[in-house]
Amino acid sequence: MINWFHFAAVSRFYPLAGRLIPWFYGAAALLGALGLYLGLWLAPTDAQQGEAYRIIFVHVPAAWMSMVVYMAMAAWAGVGLVFNSRLSSMMACALAPTGASMTFLALWTGALWGKPTWGAWWVWDARLTSELVLLFLYIGFMSLHASIDDVRRADRAAGLLALVGVVNVPIIYFSVKWWNTLHQGASVSFTKAPSMATPMLMGMLVMALAFWAYCIAVALVRVRSIMLAREQHTAWARETVRSA
Amino acid sequence: MSTAVPQVSLLAAVRCIFVRDLRLALRRRADTLAAMIFFVMVVSLFPLGIGPESALLRTMAPGVVWVAALLSSMLSLTRLFADDHQDGTLEQLLLSAHPLAFLALGKIAAHWMSSGLLLVLVAPLLALQFDLSPSACGVLVLSLLLGTPVLSLLGAIGAALTVGLRGGSVLLSLLVLPLAVPVLVFGAGAVEAYNAGLGVSAHLSLLGALLVLALAAAPVVVAAALRIALE
Repeated sequence: MINWFHFAAVSRFYPLAGRLIPWFYGAAALLGALGLYLGLWLAPTDAQQGEAYRIIFVHVPAAWMSMVVYMAMAAWAGVGLVFNSRLSSMMACALAPTGASMTFLALWTGALWGKPTWGAWWVWDARLTSELVLLFLYIGFMSLHASIDDVRRADRAAGLLALVGVVNVPIIYFSVKWWNTLHQGASVSFTKAPSMATPMLMGMLVMALAFWAYCIAVALVRVRSIMLAREQHTAWARETVRSA
Repeated sequence: MSTAVPQVSLLAAVRCIFVRDLRLALRRRADTLAAMIFFVMVVSLFPLGIGPESALLRTMAPGVVWVAALLSSMLSLTRLFADDHQDGTLEQLLLSAHPLAFLALGKIAAHWMSSGLLLVLVAPLLALQFDLSPSACGVLVLSLLLGTPVLSLLGAIGAALTVGLRGGSVLLSLLVLPLAVPVLVFGAGAVEAYNAGLGVSAHLSLLGALLVLALAAAPVVVAAALRIALE
């Protein structure tokens, strides 16, 4: 039997995270370099959008991660609520800024992509709008956590909010989608046939893996800081800081 | 100590809380009316900012009224649990032998009666100012009637999470407004669909579905949030 809770102890997870971080950073760098090479050199120029489409190699992985990280954050928050485990809540807390920055990056690169292709920095497309709402949800999570002084209460309250958000995200997405079809505004068709050249697709997938590795590495770095900050009264934390 | 036997039935307890909160709202008439007046004011400011062209105003009316309703309900939500938290009533509710979710539902219902319902009642007046047709006004009232309880239910989650926090009211809006996006979309969408000559049943059905979902889930979340806030 594997003892799943072995690393649930903060003092045991701290060194494990420390050992894992270089690997994830390394993977992110290697995969990122490979993905950018595939995307910027090997992938052909798009017939309709020219070179401007190449931002896809940052935009799409960032958008994926913005959603994946929210799910992961809510999952950790849920585990933290159910098992009352401190580490899970710390993970949720550590993931939030990463997710928010991914969401922001997706919106930013989307605007950069939108200007040459649609002629506007921003259109009220369903995806853009729900991504914006997702950013608001991240901000809500972080500001609720920040405004409660008692860390345990902050963890639980923010965790509950994350779970409510997870139930709400699909509803928000579909409501915005239908809202958009009703308005018939800037008729942006994202749903072109997925006739993507293989190097393009490969580049995007490799970049997505690079983003995964980067997000995990950054979250682990942040969770280590959170651990030290919260456990500063304990012997192991003092020992760690002194030996570092 | 023997185990506590509930002295009153669950229904009686919920009704008691409901009536108490309504009575409190009636005694503090100024507070209760302030949110409604805020609603009227915000809506009246839009023509001043945008210009008095009635065609433009008519298309904007549903969105303006709905956004104002959203903001106004945020305003009154901060008080939902704050006063009870301060005088210790909330702790007594938590200690009650009855499930907290139902007691919270009683409070939320009373809150809606003293805030959301007032918005519904005053909305036709605003619709007149924006030159909506009587039937479009009817759709607006219907959408508000279905939507404002959802706002109260969702808002109660935010109010429970932020009870006793500094800067609670701004934080509450920050937490709840993104969650209320679907209500805004379907609520304003119903009137817009009517004005565009489309059927409104889809929008109203979805609002109804949101209401049912919120009725089932929100009180449980509110109860959990209150326990977290007061543990």
